[in-house]
Amino acid sequence: MTRLAVSAPGEKMAAVQDGGSEPEGEKEPQPELPSDGSSAPAATPASKPEEQQQQQQQTLLAVLQFLKRNKLIESVDALRREAGLADEPDEAPGSEAGGGVGGAAAGSADSADASALLSRVAGAAQSGAASAPAKGGEDQPDVSVVLSAYSQQGDPSLYQVYYSGLKKFIESVLDCHRAELSQLFYPLFVHMYLELVYNNHESEAKAFFEKFSGDQECYYQDDLRVLSGLTKKEHMKGNETLLDFRTSKFVLRISRDSYQLLKRHLQERQNNQIWNIIQEHLYIDIFDGMPRSKSQIDSMSGSLAGEARREANKAKVFYGLLKEPEIEVPLDDEDEEAENEEGKPKKKKPKKDSMGSKSKKQDPNAPQQNRIPLPELKDSDKLDKIMYMKEATKRIRLGPETLPSICFYTFLNVYQGLTAVDFTDDSSLIAGGFADSTVRVWSVTPKKLRKVKSAADLSLIDKESDDVLERIMDEKTASESKILYGHSGPVYGVSFSPDRNYLLSSSEDGTVRLWSLQTFTCLVAYKGHNYPVWDTQFSPYGYYFVSGGHDRVARLWATDHYQPLRMFAGHLGDITCTRFHPNSNYVATGSADRTIRLWDVLNGHCVRVFTGHKGPIHSLAFSPNGKYLASGSTDGRVLLWDLGHGLMIGELKGHTDTVYALKFSRDGEILASGSMDNTVRLWDAFKAFDDVETDDFTAATGHIHLPDNSQELLLGTYLTKATPVIHLHFTRRNLLLAAGSYNSQ
Amino acid sequence: MRERRFAEVPRESIKLMAESAGVELGDDVAAMLAEDVCYRLREATQNSSQFMRHAKRRKLTVEDFNRALRWSNTETICGYGAQDALPFRPLKEGELFFVEDREVNLVELALATNIPKGCAETMVRVHVSYLDGKGNLEPQGTVPSAVQSLSDDLLKYYQQITRAILGEDPHLMKVALLDLQSNSKIAALLPYFVYVISGVKSVSHDLDQLNRLLHMVKSLVQNPYLYLGSYVRSLVSSVMYCILEPLAASINPLNDHWTLRDYAALLLSHIFWTHGDLVSGLYHQILLSLQKVLSDPVRPLCSHYGAVVGLHALGWKAVERVLYPHLPAYWANLQAVLDDYSVSNAQVKADGHKVYGAILVAVERLLKMKAVSLSASAEGGAAALQGSVGGMMGFRESSPGLSPPPEPLSEPPLGIASHLQAGGAGCQWEEWTPVSLPDMYCELYSFFGDSLAVRFSTGPALGGAPSATPIQSSDTRKEPGSGAANLESTRKMPQLTANMNISPRQDGSPRTEPAPPSLATAPGRSLARSSSSSSSSVPRSRSSSSRPGRSASQSRDIFPKARFPPPQVGPPAFSFLIGGRQMGRRCQGRRFQTSFTPTPSLTSLPPRAYAHKLPVIGRVSKPVRRWTCSHYSLYLPL
Repeated sequence: MTRLAVSAPGEKMAAVQDGGSEPEGEKEPQPELPSDGSSAPAATPASKPEEQQQQQQQTLLAVLQFLKRNKLIESVDALRREAGLADEPDEAPGSEAGGGVGGAAAGSADSADASALLSRVAGAAQSGAASAPAKGGEDQPDVSVVLSAYSQQGDPSLYQVYYSGLKKFIESVLDCHRAELSQLFYPLFVHMYLELVYNNHESEAKAFFEKFSGDQECYYQDDLRVLSGLTKKEHMKGNETLLDFRTSKFVLRISRDSYQLLKRHLQERQNNQIWNIIQEHLYIDIFDGMPRSKSQIDSMSGSLAGEARREANKAKVFYGLLKEPEIEVPLDDEDEEAENEEGKPKKKKPKKDSMGSKSKKQDPNAPQQNRIPLPELKDSDKLDKIMYMKEATKRIRLGPETLPSICFYTFLNVYQGLTAVDFTDDSSLIAGGFADSTVRVWSVTPKKLRKVKSAADLSLIDKESDDVLERIMDEKTASESKILYGHSGPVYGVSFSPDRNYLLSSSEDGTVRLWSLQTFTCLVAYKGHNYPVWDTQFSPYGYYFVSGGHDRVARLWATDHYQPLRMFAGHLGDITCTRFHPNSNYVATGSADRTIRLWDVLNGHCVRVFTGHKGPIHSLAFSPNGKYLASGSTDGRVLLWDLGHGLMIGELKGHTDTVYALKFSRDGEILASGSMDNTVRLWDAFKAFDDVETDDFTAATGHIHLPDNSQELLLGTYLTKATPVIHLHFTRRNLLLAAGSYNSQ
Repeated sequence: MRERRFAEVPRESIKLMAESAGVELGDDVAAMLAEDVCYRLREATQNSSQFMRHAKRRKLTVEDFNRALRWSNTETICGYGAQDALPFRPLKEGELFFVEDREVNLVELALATNIPKGCAETMVRVHVSYLDGKGNLEPQGTVPSAVQSLSDDLLKYYQQITRAILGEDPHLMKVALLDLQSNSKIAALLPYFVYVISGVKSVSHDLDQLNRLLHMVKSLVQNPYLYLGSYVRSLVSSVMYCILEPLAASINPLNDHWTLRDYAALLLSHIFWTHGDLVSGLYHQILLSLQKVLSDPVRPLCSHYGAVVGLHALGWKAVERVLYPHLPAYWANLQAVLDDYSVSNAQVKADGHKVYGAILVAVERLLKMKAVSLSASAEGGAAALQGSVGGMMGFRESSPGLSPPPEPLSEPPLGIASHLQAGGAGCQWEEWTPVSLPDMYCELYSFFGDSLAVRFSTGPALGGAPSATPIQSSDTRKEPGSGAANLESTRKMPQLTANMNISPRQDGSPRTEPAPPSLATAPGRSLARSSSSSSSSVPRSRSSSSRPGRSASQSRDIFPKARFPPPQVGPPAFSFLIGGRQMGRRCQGRRFQTSFTPTPSLTSLPPRAYAHKLPVIGRVSKPVRRWTCSHYSLYLPL
């Protein structure tokens, strides 16, 4: 498992795994209009995979070159091994890069490739200058490379004419095409505005903004607000939003008919300006079939970089659960079953099936048991599993008729300082992360928290005794809560290990800390993010954990490695929340770029990109069977996703503020959502998943009709007095626990 | 319109700031700078908002802004970290705006006595917000509408407590009851709890709920912080309901309503013990109603049973005063039931046995206690013989330990009538004459026969005196008159007192300070009759448990005595006023009269006139044991 990706600075690796979404080789303007659809680079999806592979290859080579120039020989070797490239030191870069882009960049290969790459790094890692001081000097050229795409000069006064001409055209086309082509407005508007700003046409830019900003969809308001403040070329440097726009192509999904219509129009009008922008900054994903309706488009759009490309969601995802290890459940308390030995397995089986989660045979959708190495079960883990099974038999089967009881854990006297909460799986401990840099752990059972005795005292105890585990605890330290000091900034994420021995906390200070719940001390500070770490979570099997933060990279760690094992890069905004899939083979990340990505832990690939949220995503939850994902964002909406098909399958509207907490009941029947609007809402998840028709067509195209049935799915709304709900947890018996801090104002 | 989109820093401000820093700026430079400053401020604000979002707040703080500045390598702003809003003030002349920054008097702050709030420790509190998805706002049980006017916390407490007690979870109930028993802040809720408890009548079909309501009564009664006040009447009436009423639940013979009645009786005695001062007026009234039930043959046996255990719970005095005189009359009914061997009567007969057992236990203790008091009074008498008034006082002082003290606390001296009015029982309190122990034993023996003796003999050293044969008993009957014989018996008695002391609460009468007025005259009369008379009692070891209020009652004794009418004259043993028409009407039959014949004539009756007809009962160990079981069930622990 310790396939450490690369020993070079992380950002470069991130660029590699990004998958080359940006073709920097096509920098030069392409003034000539394509004569037919197939010759346009973006027009033929069939040719896309190869092209992308080429780009990937090319990016890789560029990295190698850069490394070589900076004398990072070891990294070169490592990367070469990793990529499986033949050791061809000299002739490879030139020839391959040349073949890839038709010799365009061959001449200036060295400098152009390296700086172009850097620009991408800067984009992916927010701002290269600050994160890697070594590159500080090159910051200026980077940005200029990025922005140079805007250097083409058109008549600034004509921009408004171009735009309104296109607007007029789109408004005049048939209804079925209008909705699709309207998608063009926003990206065109932004890029034309930025071109004007870049070329120092400040007043024209303002006028342009003034005239057309009102036409844009309301869910782009936040970005427009940022744009409107940007009126000078100098300000464009280091502006994250701008870099996001430039470094990623805005993805539009348009039916072939609509696309042909657009192309014909532009050809007739000889409207080069707009065509150039489409060619350079937009990626048009063309599909055959019915044009989509306005509502279909709206449900999928909203992200910073448009919709996900269709092929981004084509990889197979093994969403099934891993087979549970066979554990002999001692049934000694039930003499009836102990008597007839033959009847025992028979009786156990239906019982387990009724639990729903553990089936004996391998799930066809599950990954290989050893796809990623998992820690062996310790004896204490087995005991815990047995406890879990026993509790599970007492579980209440929830449904629309039997809603869970809700217990609310209110944090008092925190003065708005509570930033994160987590419960242990068995609901015995609760941890809170606070703005004052502390982490506090409470015991919610009568069992007090005790530290292990000091080394001197430990040497005195009888190590052979049966109750040695009891003897090592220092009774004098027993208390209801413990405070963990160590961070130097607000703690934004906390997570218990499944075995309740460790606690993770991520903080604004850029570190993730691992705490022991035996000694209540810090064991490790994992450094690597360098920027605020917004969230962290333990794998359901322990050992691994994931973290994500302001640097837009999610990292996979193992507790015994001080460097990350994987880096998941690709988001265009902060990673705001991270969640492990129940089978531990995947990691989902939600981001401020309004997308959700699913990453394969094995190889670091991004296997799903979900768009549709209209605001930063602040909560994620996998369904217990691993098939579905729920996400909540600042817009108050909860979206449901089918991981296997890569589809949005539901939209739950009801909250009026950011959804900070999502959790499925233990059987997956109920989805609970907690929000800043001081409510907990319960949704009929079973019905939501059941209602979706997933025929082949929708599966193939990804165009689904979402039923607007939020009101039917909403089973209940539960108000707190003045406490935003920031965490939800279902106990093993399906009692819902909620947590938040009382907000007296 | 565009100008309104953002706050802007005007050129003039930039110039002003530059001047204060000693730099002279041109107009164009200032304009450029102003625009840049605006942009940077906007950028920083936008960046800071993410810190707010991740801290899960709605309010952007100075701290958030500083973090954004720090991450963009800009110096942070100090001095604005206060949580409160800072007033932003304009200054007319210079068109200046500034944040008000008042001087703080550090000395004053340091020596301030009012410690600012908000230094409490961070903690987590849990509460069940929604049960089974149902909110608190929809009450599950009966909630009086007035509850809504209570504070939210109290309301919640009320709802949760009632729901927990009346709910399914026994553990939850236990927790709720414990809290009810110890919570010091629920005085405002008392009326509502009492209201809930008064709902016993509506759940008489559900033994479980009745039990839970009784538990609730017990918790309220035991709560040391609650002043029950006038609500105690309501509580008592609820408890009485459980004791006396033919509950719907008792239709089904499988329901163990007997235990419920036992428990309610225990609770009744508990109320009298712990809140005697409050229920003094009630004591009488309750005796009346118990008597009424007992003398009403129409009532089912379970009601009679309730009356007996109720009397038993109120102390041996009550048994002596009410049960004992009614026994002969009641016996006829009971005997009729027990004699009926028909199959259809089996159930009723079983109930009859229950009543029989209860009476047996009651009279047994009556005899024991009487014996104890007798021996004690003999000692006291000896002390009194020494001529010390103090001894007399001491005897009076301690008497409440065993029986209701003679003086009513709040009633006027001639309070009998007022008592009856308050009681509303409609029947007069009959005059009561104490009966001597041997007489009593004789009469009781005639009812119970050997079963009484058997039980009695189980007590240590008790068998000696009373378990004699009827013929001998006539001898012992004379003994009290002769001092020597009396001494002999008293010598044996102290052993019994030691036995009784184990559970003093059970054995005496409740600590009702003011006794029924009719009792007030008792000592005088009994003294007039014989020195060894029953109702006089004497310091026992439990005098140590005398409450501080005792001295008050003692001083009170002196005053009313003067106002008291002289003790009623006349032959105390035989003067009976048969109280009430009701009484006379219902208690028809020969035995009624005979029982009221003077004691000597009682002995002329064939000694085993009643007992020999009941050869089985009492001698067989089973019913006895069953009773003892149910007797112990009085100690129902929560």
